[in-house]
Amino acid sequence: MTGVPAAIRDLALASPLEIRGLRKRYGDNEVVAGIDLRLRAGECFTLLGPNGAGKTTTLRCALGLTRPSGGEILLAGLPVPERAREARMRVGVVPQQDNLDPDFTCAENLLVYGRYFGLDDATITARIPELLAFAGLESKRDARIQSLSGGMKRRLTLARALVNRPDLLILDEPTTGLDPQARHLIWERLKQLTRNGTTVLLTTHFMDEAERLADRLAILDAGRMLTEGSPREVIAAQIEAQVVEVYGDWNGAARNGTSGAQAWAEAHAGAFARRYEVSGETAFCYLDDAAPLMAHLAEQQGLRYLRRPANLEDVFLKLTGRDLRD
Amino acid sequence: MATIPLRSTFRAPRLSRRFVPVWQRNFLVWRKLALPSVLGNLADPMIYLFGLGFGIGMLVPEIGGVSYISFLAAGMVCSSTMNSASFEVLYSSFSRMHVQRTWDAIMNAPVELDDIVFAELVWAASKALLSGVAILGVIVVFGLVDSRYVLWLLPLIFLIGLSFGALGLVMTSVAPSYDFFMYYFTLFITPMTLLSGVFFPAEQLPAAVQAAASLLPLAHAVELARPLLLGKLPDDILLHLAVLAAYGVGGFWVALGLTRRRLLG
Repeated sequence: MTGVPAAIRDLALASPLEIRGLRKRYGDNEVVAGIDLRLRAGECFTLLGPNGAGKTTTLRCALGLTRPSGGEILLAGLPVPERAREARMRVGVVPQQDNLDPDFTCAENLLVYGRYFGLDDATITARIPELLAFAGLESKRDARIQSLSGGMKRRLTLARALVNRPDLLILDEPTTGLDPQARHLIWERLKQLTRNGTTVLLTTHFMDEAERLADRLAILDAGRMLTEGSPREVIAAQIEAQVVEVYGDWNGAARNGTSGAQAWAEAHAGAFARRYEVSGETAFCYLDDAAPLMAHLAEQQGLRYLRRPANLEDVFLKLTGRDLRD
Repeated sequence: MATIPLRSTFRAPRLSRRFVPVWQRNFLVWRKLALPSVLGNLADPMIYLFGLGFGIGMLVPEIGGVSYISFLAAGMVCSSTMNSASFEVLYSSFSRMHVQRTWDAIMNAPVELDDIVFAELVWAASKALLSGVAILGVIVVFGLVDSRYVLWLLPLIFLIGLSFGALGLVMTSVAPSYDFFMYYFTLFITPMTLLSGVFFPAEQLPAAVQAAASLLPLAHAVELARPLLLGKLPDDILLHLAVLAAYGVGGFWVALGLTRRRLLG
């Protein structure tokens, strides 16, 4: 091969973000404890994890906003934090907290933000109509930020992140606090972006969001990646195919003073399910073939039950536990 | 945070032209409220200048061969420049850094924190200059001063703005809330105003207090501004400029280090 095709091949293979052995410590507290990640150009990759799992810290390290305690980061092919400023030319960011400029109109927000990328006013002004259209905010061009709804602010923040036409778009919990309509619109826009070749990296703790958007995802907890793959692969690899949720009263013979679904589970669940757990008033049975259990349940009195395919939330709870993260 | 060694927190500022769009952002906000802003900044020094100038001027016919109000004019220009720059980097910069999270948004673009803090400093000096020009205008129009060297006041006002902007940014970098700034004004700015020859010649003070006052940046600002506004060239120009510049550079360096520790930990 000659030099030119090799260069083109390298370009096509270049990862928009590559992280190796990332660690970040605050005092004795290791928030990120060895994360490896390699985004493929044009995919949507989702970091899924409970609060405090290290998602935001990982993003801050990737952008060069905080110095890692260990590991290597290549953003847009450049070493971070050393050349983070240059690398961020190719990246758009939608932060967790809205930080639009309250003193400006929608259009002014885009203009002022574009200048931070060294774009001249004519270039930005030419892009503003398409950005506002993308965000569905054409009629809000000259509206003040205070007059926008939460969903509109998110969409404007998304448009602002695209002002430099980034190769990689990073979103930190983009739909937290939005109503269903607003969430669906954001999802639609993100799909449109990946279809057009933009790589998307997003964090979320919403399973449906990850399942819907992610080409690949990783589940994070306590600064470590617990599993990685496509949503289907992760579900298939980590958990039984079927879930039966059992709750309500039970008139069978109870032992050790337990009652209801818990008593039933202790007496029978082990015989049908490969794995089960009781949380509150509900017994969750994980199994590959639910038919025998369903037949058994049909004969019980007082119990109520629900059968469904296993989903990402089951995997998530299996891997990260059911304890509250406050 | 503890993970960043001191050496790296207080490393030399790394500046680029990217501070310009951050300055422009602040200017664009100011332009929307320019008239009330200038009038607001003008009102306070004018009330002092004419109130004290005429009131005390009746009791004190002359200081060093000029009327009290002419003596006071230079003090008012310097102290209102100091106040204007201080207010900007305390309350407004703190809003942008901590409340509105504007700096976070900017740092996601290819702009470093160093550029942002520098832009805030230059902007505070620019805003002080905009207010200072208005005050100078009034002073000249009312014929209170000898306007021979009045244009030299413009770079001087800008420098005073940089010095106090940098000192204020140190406060901002460690402030937990707006209330914190009250201490700075009560314990530093107000006593300094009284000791630096703004209202009366510093020679009136006991020798020990005079010596302490000679370390204050405002005293050096007044030593430069007063002769210039009375049509004379100041003594020890380089010394006074060096003190103001040192406060500016030193303050900026410390403020940047503390801000890095606060935001990039």
